[in-house]
Amino acid sequence: IVSTFNNYNDLYPDWTQREVSTGTTIMAVEFEGGVVIGADSRTTTGAYIANRVTDKLTPIHERIFCCRSGSAADTQAIADAVTYQLGFHSIELDEAPLVQTAASLFREMCYRYREELMAGIIVAGWDPRRGGQVYTVPVGGMMTRQPVSVGGSGSSYIYGYVDSNYRAGMSKEECLKFTAEALTLAMERDGSSGGVVRLAVISEQGVERQVILGNQLPKFSTV
Amino acid sequence: MATVSVCQYHRGGFSFENCKRNALLEADINKLGFSSPAARKTGTTICGVVYKDGVVLGADTRATEGMVVADKNCSKIHYISPNVYCCGAGTAADTEMTTQIISSNLELHSLSTGRLPRVATANRMLKQMLFRYQGYIGAALVLGGVDSTGPQLYSIYPHGSTDKLPYVTMGSGSLAAMAVFEDRYRPNMEEEEAKRLVRDAIAAGIFNDLGSGSNIDLCVITKGKVDYLRPHDVANKKGVREDKINGRPETGNYRYKHGTTGVLTKAVTHLNLEVVEESVQTMDTT
Repeated sequence: IVSTFNNYNDLYPDWTQREVSTGTTIMAVEFEGGVVIGADSRTTTGAYIANRVTDKLTPIHERIFCCRSGSAADTQAIADAVTYQLGFHSIELDEAPLVQTAASLFREMCYRYREELMAGIIVAGWDPRRGGQVYTVPVGGMMTRQPVSVGGSGSSYIYGYVDSNYRAGMSKEECLKFTAEALTLAMERDGSSGGVVRLAVISEQGVERQVILGNQLPKFSTV
Repeated sequence: MATVSVCQYHRGGFSFENCKRNALLEADINKLGFSSPAARKTGTTICGVVYKDGVVLGADTRATEGMVVADKNCSKIHYISPNVYCCGAGTAADTEMTTQIISSNLELHSLSTGRLPRVATANRMLKQMLFRYQGYIGAALVLGGVDSTGPQLYSIYPHGSTDKLPYVTMGSGSLAAMAVFEDRYRPNMEEEEAKRLVRDAIAAGIFNDLGSGSNIDLCVITKGKVDYLRPHDVANKKGVREDKINGRPETGNYRYKHGTTGVLTKAVTHLNLEVVEESVQTMDTT
């Protein structure tokens, strides 16, 4: 990260010169009838937590959300741009946009400007044509659909947990529990993830959001 | 899959090549022992709080140029629109000009819509401009105001990310101020309590951070009214020099007037001495 200010290290500590990053753990799971998405709530500048209650689940359209990880500024700017483009497209079409369209718009931007951006995004939502879908657009700008996807710095710690505990055909409640537990495990081990767990369920009926506070997180024997 | 970057002609947008060149030149100059002029920075403690009827913004008043205080009483709470104000930390010129540009654009926008501007609009304009300059405009802002949607508070970082929160702090003294907020913030405070909280948070920054100092400015924004309290609290009064107490300039006179030190008891012991011998020795002054 380029330090653009003078190096008065005593007076201006590290976190005034570092870019803001959503360290992060983000996750999305498809189920029959919709998707469950989840994220932690920590935004850091260096070692300082700039925002401990961040909402990384950003609405792009009525039933399409994105989970943001990487540079806070980059992901906010991209999400704002895609929200505008998708809204315009939806009005032109006069129908609800496809999740795949939203994911494609993210991919277009993330791939075209891949040298300048640092953004790892998971796009998830529900549309009438294909139901619940999860698309992942990691740092280089690739786009692929997955039934389950994790992202962010904390995701490294839960690949094993996710791979062993995911089953196809889980119910909405099972997906919520699965996501909450995975995020909790990641938050316990990753310094850049923490705070509260934000969850959302997107389905034909709409969006239900919930927050799990620190003391209400699931308990594991070692953490 | 390996990532291969091909050197290609920069397509569109700003070119920040000269910024990299300048950083290298600066490093070279420092190696030779010279130093380039330091930008004036507002080291700063700035903060804001949402309370029952609106928002309270606070700031210290010290501007530094390297390790020297350039301005002991600068104004860091900038006007954006009649209902929106913005505190600025970072490079003083950047915060000043950025807030002025957005204030101007927001006034034109407000004339176009025929409505009082919204805080979210100012936030969008600021973040989009700062993102465009990829962090090279060193402005870290606390934006607050009251509009038709209610009171709102945003923190805006130099790279263009923003957070909408009930209480925020920015600047080199932000950790000290945040400690005060995390201890004493409650939702829906009364105005006096909110002003006290912001005042104490800025004071924490002033007394514990070298980059912040002097006085505390407050700005209380409610629906229909703005109280710009400058200064709200002169936390660092300049002392009175002892050599001018009676109006007579006397350098080096460190006498204090009778009564400065309280006398508890007084005991006088006379020393009765006899003169035994008296002799004069001349000093050789040739």
